[in-house]
Amino acid sequence: MWQQLYSELKDNNFMVVAVAEESRGADHARPWIDQAKSDYWQLIDTEHRLEDLYNLVNVPQAVWIDEQGTIVRPPETAGSTDHFRRMDLKTRTMSPKDQEERLAARTAYMDAVRAWVTTGKYALAANAARATLPKVTPEMAEARARFRLGVWLRANGRVAEGDKQMAEASRLYPDSWSMWRQAADLDEVGKASSLEFWNRVQALGDKPYYPPPRL
Amino acid sequence: MTKILTPTAEHDVAARDGLWMSPADAETVTGWMLKPEGMCRAEACVPLPASAVGTNEVDLAAFWTRLGGPVIVSDKRDVWALGAPADERNAALEGLAAPDFTLPDVNGVPRSLSQLRGKKVFLATWASW
Repeated sequence: MWQQLYSELKDNNFMVVAVAEESRGADHARPWIDQAKSDYWQLIDTEHRLEDLYNLVNVPQAVWIDEQGTIVRPPETAGSTDHFRRMDLKTRTMSPKDQEERLAARTAYMDAVRAWVTTGKYALAANAARATLPKVTPEMAEARARFRLGVWLRANGRVAEGDKQMAEASRLYPDSWSMWRQAADLDEVGKASSLEFWNRVQALGDKPYYPPPRL
Repeated sequence: MTKILTPTAEHDVAARDGLWMSPADAETVTGWMLKPEGMCRAEACVPLPASAVGTNEVDLAAFWTRLGGPVIVSDKRDVWALGAPADERNAALEGLAAPDFTLPDVNGVPRSLSQLRGKKVFLATWASW
């Protein structure tokens, strides 16, 4: 997904690190990685450690980090939009206008990354970056620990026990789509996009599924 | 043996009655060392109640709770997860220093964010699901 961007910018002291939040492991992610034909880092995060460290809640999200290792844009939606919520579920298609808007939003995000790498534009000053950080609550911290335990139990054949921990994690941290969808996918591949998922998305009402980045 | 999952590692430890274990094991699992003033790491010490310290053993669950971190146990009480305290995560993020991590690439080669110091990094997640 990011290969074109990386090819264009790699001579500018720039790196892309793509992290697969994939509790089924590397072999499950491999077909997508092979298809991407990428030469940036493609990492596998079976325990969603990155999401714990950076308080991420969905995919794709991105964090921009400068040459000194400082976060200059906290986690935000990386090029996806909510247009999919209006798609026709039978045909799985979006209207031409929605498709166009979706592409425009993605292009604008990619252009922002380009501008940052070449000119420094869109990097936030410390106070502005801090102001957009998502705050971790004790409930979220507990959810992360339960999710971690759930992944381990499932990986060790203790499915029912693992599911119970994951369900409790989603109850404690309902805004984490990653935890909910990963648990659904571990239950059965495809379940992360099931009718239950769609119902959950529609229950958001006016709230965004992919909050747009404030560029 | 009792299995303990921390945010970045897995440990097998001889523990009894929950997470009572030797101070040496407690340090291996958490990085905090038992001293007369409590559990200490670098300059920081967290005082422990007398009920959480015994003869050459310490109640790691009591310490972790005191630290503000979640302590979760499996139904069979053989696998524990110690989560990062919310305050610790918030303080780390508010400092804006990107938390370092090491994860394997698709061929199992470990890669650390800190290897990329000196470059701008676009760190993005994705998933098959």
